[in-house]
Amino acid sequence: MPQLFLIAHVAGRAVAIESGQVESVVDIGVVVPVPGADRQVRGLAALRSRVVTVIDTRAALGLPAAETRATRAIITHVEGHHYAIMVDSLEDVAPFDLLPLSPGIALDAGWRATGCGLVERDGEPILTIDLRALVPGLTAMAA
Amino acid sequence: MDDLLQEFIAETRETLEALSGEIIAWEAAPDDRERLDAIFRFVHTVKGSCGFLDLPRLARLSHAAEDVLDAVRSGTRLPDTRLVNAVLAIVDRIGVIVEAIDAGAALDDSGEDQLIAALDEGAVVIAQAPVQVPLRNPTRSVRLNVDLLDRMMSGMSDMVLARNELARRLRDEGADPSVEAALERLSLTVAEMRDTVTRTRMQKIDALFSALPRMVRDTGAELGKTVMLHMEGSDVELDREMIEMMRDPLVHIVRNSIDHGIESPSERRALGKRENGRLSVAARQSGNQIIIEISDDGRGIDTERLIAAMVAQGSRSENELRALSDKAKLELIFEAGVSTKDSVTAISGRGVGMDVVRANVEQIGGRIELSNTPGKGLRIAIHVPLTLSIIATIGVGVGGQRFAISRQVIEEIVRVGGDAIRIDMLGDTPMATVRDRRMPLVDLGATLGFEREDEPRMLVIVGVPGGSYALAVPSVLDHEELVIKPAAPAVMVTGVYAGQTLPDSGLPMLLLDCAGIAARAGLLFGREIAIDDAVVEAEAPRVSALLFDDLDGVRRLVPLAIIDRIEPVAVEAIKFSAGRLRLSTENGIIPLVVQGEWTGRQTLSVLRLRDGAAEIGYAIAEALDIVTLPDQIAPSREVGPIAGVVSLEGEQVELLDLYWLFAMHGATRSDEKPPVCLIEGADTAWMKTFLKPVLEGAGYRVATKLKADETAAVILTMNSDTVAAKSGGAPVVRLRHDATASDAREATVYRYDRDGLLAALAVSAGSR
Repeated sequence: MPQLFLIAHVAGRAVAIESGQVESVVDIGVVVPVPGADRQVRGLAALRSRVVTVIDTRAALGLPAAETRATRAIITHVEGHHYAIMVDSLEDVAPFDLLPLSPGIALDAGWRATGCGLVERDGEPILTIDLRALVPGLTAMAA
Repeated sequence: MDDLLQEFIAETRETLEALSGEIIAWEAAPDDRERLDAIFRFVHTVKGSCGFLDLPRLARLSHAAEDVLDAVRSGTRLPDTRLVNAVLAIVDRIGVIVEAIDAGAALDDSGEDQLIAALDEGAVVIAQAPVQVPLRNPTRSVRLNVDLLDRMMSGMSDMVLARNELARRLRDEGADPSVEAALERLSLTVAEMRDTVTRTRMQKIDALFSALPRMVRDTGAELGKTVMLHMEGSDVELDREMIEMMRDPLVHIVRNSIDHGIESPSERRALGKRENGRLSVAARQSGNQIIIEISDDGRGIDTERLIAAMVAQGSRSENELRALSDKAKLELIFEAGVSTKDSVTAISGRGVGMDVVRANVEQIGGRIELSNTPGKGLRIAIHVPLTLSIIATIGVGVGGQRFAISRQVIEEIVRVGGDAIRIDMLGDTPMATVRDRRMPLVDLGATLGFEREDEPRMLVIVGVPGGSYALAVPSVLDHEELVIKPAAPAVMVTGVYAGQTLPDSGLPMLLLDCAGIAARAGLLFGREIAIDDAVVEAEAPRVSALLFDDLDGVRRLVPLAIIDRIEPVAVEAIKFSAGRLRLSTENGIIPLVVQGEWTGRQTLSVLRLRDGAAEIGYAIAEALDIVTLPDQIAPSREVGPIAGVVSLEGEQVELLDLYWLFAMHGATRSDEKPPVCLIEGADTAWMKTFLKPVLEGAGYRVATKLKADETAAVILTMNSDTVAAKSGGAPVVRLRHDATASDAREATVYRYDRDGLLAALAVSAGSR
């Protein structure tokens, strides 16, 4: 059965995110840094009346920082907290069938934790990622 | 009609909740008129409402209970345990029926006749509270849904942000004064609204505590244990949602304490503990947390048995478990499915363990700490973050960013460069001296990893567990009341933040955890581990006393513990007969002590005083208040009904001399033989004439010769005499003629030292 996926670009790559994990898509304004926190935590931002923790996706994937700071983010809700996962750009929401990763494919370091399958868009395979894997400091990872 | 019914249900529920504590208190002190009146009012209101709402069953139950309570109020019946139980059962049933009405469910009325019958005097039927726990209808009609409050709250914050933006734009474009005045008014209203809306979410923790007395009593009764509950800090405020989340864990821990912790009365006796177990539940706000402490004086956690149980279960290997630290061993109780109890009881063996408790607490961002003293008790401290608690904060600026510090931990704020402030380096460690007080100095900017911009100009002195330190910050900004929420784990893991907030500026701000900063900076404070403090507090209750107006118009005090009850009596029940005033009571005649005029009165209040064996009545005009007895007592000049005088709020109040009262008036019960005081030696005549009345007044039988079946409890003799061998080894009290002892080698009592003599006799007689 096809599921809805949001197609986004992270660190120059197209990724698909299962729509259940996406609460909303926003433009992040001022980000207040959190001194002492890990590199993945870019800081805190106000979103309406909520405070969201902004996750630097490139850092979370173990990639070097980008030259230009992205401002678009996907809001996801994990274990009682809201996180803004920074993305380069967003495309569309469309239904796809989730396929398992082809046998023998070994993802690169940062991607391995988050990649959970792939979808096929017009013949182009797109890696689906689990946003929860990008959020640092969780007590338990839900399977 | 429906509205009326809903209102009735809501009202009854709320009263029931508030009442459950009253009922227990009433049971403990059946003479407490106020409690009795509260319960009476409740059943009376229920009865009244039932009349016009046409609820015949409730009407019948409440009517029956009202009758009995009325009889108690008028003094024709005495509230005993059975009666209290029967009334409790009715109150319970009223609650069940009300819930059933709300849920629209049918409830069979079997057993209600029995409940009513149990109220009758002399009834043998033991009223059983209904076993099934009534299912609560989740929607509460009179209470607001928390979701709604949340939405209000978030709408409110949006409004603040919008106001801020409006203000900024107006400022940029230079608005005219009338618009600015309007904006000012809007700002004020918004601030006020925000305050109100925030507070709607707060609730006293009493909402959580009020159900405990009843629960402790019921659980204790089920297990055959008596538990004294001590509660503290019920006015600490907590977010409503948090209170709901804390309800189950607290109930579970309390039940666990009674079931696993506190031993049975016989076991406790054998261990030399008081038969009554003690349970203390206290809430307090400490820094950035609310701490709820549950401590008992039971057997604590037996880690050996815990390990044995886990090994038996086969979940972990023994070696692995033994290698754990003490703390980790204790925390094994949080593992799923662990129980050290050999037998599963109805109370705790319900499959819900401490693992669920911990999960619940952690879900709201809290943690549980255990301090275990095997054999002495267990203290469980639940630390809950200030989720949504409003706290007063001070904003500090560092590295172009703002942080908040809770006002509660701040002792003072001083400016660097003032006369009394010095900053010195000890080696490479900075130290601050503030008015002769030396303390470690921590630079906030450096601790947070900011680049050093300029010299910190302000010192914020903060108190953390174990000590104080000076936090150096470049600037102190302002004071703000903030709603603090827990930050994401990735932020909390840094250990220097206590939460996050969204102030009026619209920029998120972090609340600093000053204890965490001290730890990060490597400050060493000797952390005191006070395991017993809560228990000790519970064990040293101050003496309470009853303040009353006596018949002679003097205001007097009598220790509360001695009062069996206070009751109104008719003047006819008092008679001067057989040489003294006596009061007719339900169980016979007791001596009555009166100071002042009583004949002109219609009724009197009588304090029924009991020293364990003897009982006397003391007539008073009016009971006023229960007060704490001051430690300082100025003794009376002469022996008599007044022991001395104490100062109560600047007023001199006389304290009754219970010792004298019972010595003079206490009728010794006939089934207890008075101890025999044998008078021996040369001065028997003097002793017989002078001492006999005193000794008999103090409850001794005075004899110069022992009867065949008698043994002397104490022998009284003059100093010079030698005691005959026949005394049978009874202790001897020697009297002397002179006021000052001439021979210090032997303990003697001056013969006219009445108190000294009686004390010496009592000690000697008691030692046998």
